[in-house]
Amino acid sequence: MGLVQYVLVTEQPGEGARGVPLSGHVGFDSMPDQLVNKSVNHGFCFNILCVGETGLGKSTLMDTLFNTKFEGEPTQHNQPGVQLKSNTYELQESNVRLKLTVVNTVGFGDQINKEDSYKSIVEFIDTQFEAYLQEELKIKRTLHSYHDTRIHACLYFIAPTGHSLKSLDLVTMKKLDSKVNIIPIIAKSDAISKSELTKFKIKITSELVSNGVQIYQFPTDDETVAEINSTMNGHLPFAVVGSTEEVKIGNKMVRARQYPWGTVQVENENHCDFVKLREMLIRVNMEDLREQTHTRHYELYRRCKLEEMGFKDTDPDSKPFSLQETYEAKRNEFMGELQKKEEEMRQMFVQRVKEKEAELKEAEKELHEKFDRLKKLHQDEKKKLEDKKKSLDDELNGFKQKKTAAELLQAQTQQAGSSATLKKDKERKK
Amino acid sequence: MQLAFCHTFFKLLNHQIQRLWRLKYPLLGPEVSTSFYGNMADVGKTPVARNEKTNSEFGYVGIDAILEQMRRKAMKQGFEFNIMVVGQSGLGKSTLMNTLFKSKVSRRSLMTSEEERIPKTIEIKSISHDIEEKGVRMKLTVIDTPGFGDQINNENCWQPIMKFINVQYEQYLQEEINIERKKRIPDSRVHCCIYFIPPTGHCLRPIDIEFMRHLSKVVNIVPVIAKADTLTLEERDFFKQKIREDLRANEIDIYPQKEFDEDAEDRIINEKIREMIPFAVVGSDQEYQVNGKRLLGRKTRWGTVEVENTAHCEFAYLRDLLIRTHMQNIKDITSSIHYEMYRVRRLNENNTQPNGQQAIHANGVPEHEVLSHEM
Repeated sequence: MGLVQYVLVTEQPGEGARGVPLSGHVGFDSMPDQLVNKSVNHGFCFNILCVGETGLGKSTLMDTLFNTKFEGEPTQHNQPGVQLKSNTYELQESNVRLKLTVVNTVGFGDQINKEDSYKSIVEFIDTQFEAYLQEELKIKRTLHSYHDTRIHACLYFIAPTGHSLKSLDLVTMKKLDSKVNIIPIIAKSDAISKSELTKFKIKITSELVSNGVQIYQFPTDDETVAEINSTMNGHLPFAVVGSTEEVKIGNKMVRARQYPWGTVQVENENHCDFVKLREMLIRVNMEDLREQTHTRHYELYRRCKLEEMGFKDTDPDSKPFSLQETYEAKRNEFMGELQKKEEEMRQMFVQRVKEKEAELKEAEKELHEKFDRLKKLHQDEKKKLEDKKKSLDDELNGFKQKKTAAELLQAQTQQAGSSATLKKDKERKK
Repeated sequence: MQLAFCHTFFKLLNHQIQRLWRLKYPLLGPEVSTSFYGNMADVGKTPVARNEKTNSEFGYVGIDAILEQMRRKAMKQGFEFNIMVVGQSGLGKSTLMNTLFKSKVSRRSLMTSEEERIPKTIEIKSISHDIEEKGVRMKLTVIDTPGFGDQINNENCWQPIMKFINVQYEQYLQEEINIERKKRIPDSRVHCCIYFIPPTGHCLRPIDIEFMRHLSKVVNIVPVIAKADTLTLEERDFFKQKIREDLRANEIDIYPQKEFDEDAEDRIINEKIREMIPFAVVGSDQEYQVNGKRLLGRKTRWGTVEVENTAHCEFAYLRDLLIRTHMQNIKDITSSIHYEMYRVRRLNENNTQPNGQQAIHANGVPEHEVLSHEM
């Protein structure tokens, strides 16, 4: 029974509330139990993405974490690009059923040119968000029975070089930090000595901070777990060792890796941080990881996607929509615009053709005119020439006539002359 | 006969509570059984059926700790519950609310004497309270409907109430489709509607049938027989039978609805409840001394009706149903079935005008769509 006094009551629906003391046991303190019961009946799901170069022990760590043997053979090193392989398993512990999905990056870091390595990972994560968004925007949806495939936690495996992060690591983590909860871990950490490890961890954290990579921080707002979470936050990144083989230590069988110089016990906190990782990932913060994925990363994705598609909240006539219809509507709009553009182009084309035709006609006309003119000119010239010829002919004829006349005259005169002489002769004779 | 039913009901409740209790103490050495399920996105290898390893003592992974995490989260967030009471004035609605939640949550407690009048139209008044019990915080909203059924002509009396319920759905929907939406959408949807049947002893009246017929499609209805201390046990049984027949004849689906029973266990429990509906209740917020104990009751000259005595009235069953065992289920049905139905209707309505513009009449006045919340 609690006594809480709040502000004055208002009678508006939903606004303001006042605290009232209870005078007896009502019974709604069973609500958390009812909620938990319902979830148990429903089952849980958890999706982990393991990003890291081949050979860093990702599959072994998963096996160790969940205490089962999951996958088959290790993957090859000659993949052409980064692929993501996901497998779903159903685990049960006491009465809790967990649908666990483990996604592995195959071939990460194996290529010669690693510029595009992160792309397939980002694409995969986005695909899962998209699937959920589609389901959420459907008209007839079944959200409560939907198998959530969004990645809740991303374990980023850092190679145990002991120096610093590789640039591939930095680039990939930077691309992923706004899409998924990243928990960086140092893989195969039995290769690093304790002192090197502290330096390595400091170097890694400082590099992450200086590059603005936001890794997942264990939540410290709930008092029950605030303390342990904040301590663990200081131990990031966790240096882990995975092993599925059991070795006899003392009189117990423990999971360990046996070397000639000693045995690394997986569950020994002095040897590695495996126990811390398991605590944080599974026993303390699994629910928070799921919640962060849904309320932060998914909401960000959804906001960006919807804004990209052109929706705004301030639209005064905005009514509920479904992604399918909007796609349809937008597509129809787009088709309509396309058609309009086609029409326009066709009209422009027709017009251009007309113009060109007109031009050509003009040119043709001009040519015709020119031709006519030339013809006329030619005819004039010809006429002139003929006239001239005619006149010349006339002249020639005249000349010829004159010539014949002159000749005739000459002949006549000669004759006359001769006859005259003859006459003269006769006279004399007389 | 009814007592026997009650006993079995209680046994089943007990069983459920025990089940809940066992959640807190998981068995050591879990059975981690794996069955290869299938692949999601990219191509994976063909699943190989494999046997589970038997585990040793340290094989405890800790998956069941998620229950504790969920509980923590729920306690931190708190719960919301919106309950509506509908019935003619004078049937003891406000008293029953006060008795249910053991505090002055009804509007009567806030009213001054000048407001004691029957309103001319149906009003809808909703009041919210923050209550806390053993660390569990709840925001309880009681929605009262003074004026219902009090007019001479009660035609379409259910309409304002239906509209209110749909407005709450609409508010939630609008918030849900926002681009920038809140982390936790405030839930003002009506989870449960308690309908008060006057104890005539005969059968349901037309107004009752009309109301329940319309509203059972949008909200969980729990009918109760009000002021049941005016009926003897035989009259009560007869009345209940008649009511159940009437409900069946009119195809009214009250809570718990048959079609939403999830598994055999649920069905058994819900069948028991269905056989007891409607609950004959008596409300009281005054305590009297009975057999040396202080109990809530109504004192008359011929005896004291004890509210929480299951031999006297069925208040305890109603309280257990609403609060102690089925509250989460009521909320789930509201959100995953009633709300989804509303949403489907609303989105289909929007299909006819995909570009979101309202059709305009020739005289420039926008055409008023008959929206689903005004039906």
